[in-house]
Amino acid sequence: MRKSKSWKLAAGVAALSLAAVACGGSDSPSTESSAPAACETTTSVKLQLQWFTQAQFAGYFAAVDQGFYAAQCLDVSILEGGVDIVPQQQLADGAVDFALSWVPKALASREAGANIVDIAQIFQRSGTLQVSFKDKGITSPADFAGKNIGNWGYGNEFEIFAALTKAGLDPAADVTLVQQSFDMAALLAGDIDAAEAMTYNEYAQVLEAIDPATGKQYTADDFNVVSYEDEGVGMLQDAIWASGERLASDAVYKDTATKFVAASIQGWAFCRDDPQACADIVVSKGSKLGASHQLWQINEVNKLIWPAAGGAGMIDADAWDRTAKLAQETKNLEGSTVLTAAPDAEAYTNEIVTAALAILDGLDVDTKGSSFAPIDVTLNEGGA
Amino acid sequence: MTTVATIKKNRETVRRVRRAILFVVSLLFVAVAWELYKAVGPEAGGKIFGWKLLPRSNNNAMPHVWDMLMRYNRPELRGSDRKIWSVVLAGAWFSFRLALVGFAIGSTLGLGLSILMARFKIAERGILPYLVVSQTVPLIALAPLVVSWGGKLHIAGWTWPRWMSAAVLGAFLAFFPVAVGALKGLTSAPLASHELMDSYAASWWQTLRKLRFPAAIPFIVPSLKLAASASVIGVVVAEISTGLKGGIGRLIIEYAREATGDPAKVFTAVFGAAALGLAMSGLVTLADIYMMRNRPKEASA
Repeated sequence: MRKSKSWKLAAGVAALSLAAVACGGSDSPSTESSAPAACETTTSVKLQLQWFTQAQFAGYFAAVDQGFYAAQCLDVSILEGGVDIVPQQQLADGAVDFALSWVPKALASREAGANIVDIAQIFQRSGTLQVSFKDKGITSPADFAGKNIGNWGYGNEFEIFAALTKAGLDPAADVTLVQQSFDMAALLAGDIDAAEAMTYNEYAQVLEAIDPATGKQYTADDFNVVSYEDEGVGMLQDAIWASGERLASDAVYKDTATKFVAASIQGWAFCRDDPQACADIVVSKGSKLGASHQLWQINEVNKLIWPAAGGAGMIDADAWDRTAKLAQETKNLEGSTVLTAAPDAEAYTNEIVTAALAILDGLDVDTKGSSFAPIDVTLNEGGA
Repeated sequence: MTTVATIKKNRETVRRVRRAILFVVSLLFVAVAWELYKAVGPEAGGKIFGWKLLPRSNNNAMPHVWDMLMRYNRPELRGSDRKIWSVVLAGAWFSFRLALVGFAIGSTLGLGLSILMARFKIAERGILPYLVVSQTVPLIALAPLVVSWGGKLHIAGWTWPRWMSAAVLGAFLAFFPVAVGALKGLTSAPLASHELMDSYAASWWQTLRKLRFPAAIPFIVPSLKLAASASVIGVVVAEISTGLKGGIGRLIIEYAREATGDPAKVFTAVFGAAALGLAMSGLVTLADIYMMRNRPKEASA
């Protein structure tokens, strides 16, 4: 009697595992790839994003969708990020071939020993804002004094500290720093006087919310916006990073990097010329953000990329040095800085992007976008 | 005899119906308490002895119960015709399968470890402390590591799928209660029974199958229930942590981003995750009822 029962339990567990494996096994990983047309061999490339699928990464999705990668004989898988996924760490560990990261954070990883190199500075300008309601009267970093200043932490807060330092304020004594979550509810509820926001995401979120006083959406007139780029403390953000070790030792990888950067910039040029089509591509890739929010996002991201005087992706030495200098000089609350020393000269290279731009010149792609003009986007309630 | 059995059965049915009603009533009670707090609680939050303890009761922080329920029947995104209940259901189903994989791996591993530890005293002394230590490693620290290791695995053309990382993290939480519970169970048979087995010259495996394992079942079943809900937690946290697409954890974080404009939305996914945990441990309960159906009550423990 007993024997049969215990074996039933064992059989049950075994059957359960089989069923589970069978169920789980039917799911293919959610990566995008496209088949090449006339390539002898295709190179598989993995790109690690910083976050979920959204228009911030539209250029890469457009390059997949429009076959720009395939034309370069690349089979690109785009891996989404998560809360605890550090792209430059995934790159340094060899789990991916290329990664997107903000420059200060990636330089901090490099200083800690990760051999990663900035090979294309896609975002030429910083998109970080500090947003506050008009009645708070916060129009410059000097007005932060005595206020509750929201920030995301995790290395995303250094522009705030740089701006405070520049305005002659002590971040530890003159302001109250408040940890912010992913949404802007704390600003609307009044917990935070001025909230950190990206032009392309969180700022749009507040403009999509309903003002309980009027029953209508908030408008840009309800807010004051401090732009860190305009305040002269902007730090370089989204860049394509590659493995320094493989660049030095592996000629095939270097060639792949050049093609990858070229096709990516071609994707971004596509998004510049047709933001609506580009937003549609991102929505079709399964983003959970609404259509008007995506269009707003691609439009704002375009402003960070275009016009690119030296060609898209080119790393501007002045902006680089400014970022590195701020990263060394700005102390956070604990009195530490992002970097303890200046990054070495190998931390970035323009060699790859120069070759990539040459490829694009051959394809008649406008890589400077000197006539770029942003479109007007109307945000709907909830970003729909 | 038959009448006694029928009365017993009827009593059992009544007990189950009563339990189901109590469950619904307790849900209603929570909903009423929520609305009651909304009615009397401070709109902008409140302080008790200078501590900010009272949560805000405004509609942004605490949407009305009916708003949250109505949200299920509205489209996920305006302009799309997919209702949010179907999205949440699909997400819960995805996570459920991952949790099942994690549960299966975890309980198999846990049972194996417990048998090893029951067999060799030295294994118990060597392994058990590490099992305890393993559970002090925060899941969110482990998640990126597992993803990173997985990304490098290529065995004979087989590449580690991303969902596997989430399932492994579910297994990581699930194996511990099973290992500890089953070990306790496998060593629970009284000395006299062991001596009886010895007198039959039964081998260790025979003793395991005929004495130790049946005696362990009352210990294993509750630990499997714990493992079932732990695997759900592991999978949901891993989805959030690693950004795995398709599951309920990912939905929670994606909807949380929209809490500024659509506060009811995130609750639909949170309830989905809670229901998932209930479903998972309900599954173990059903298996338990099925397997224990002929077992006399007083035989347990």
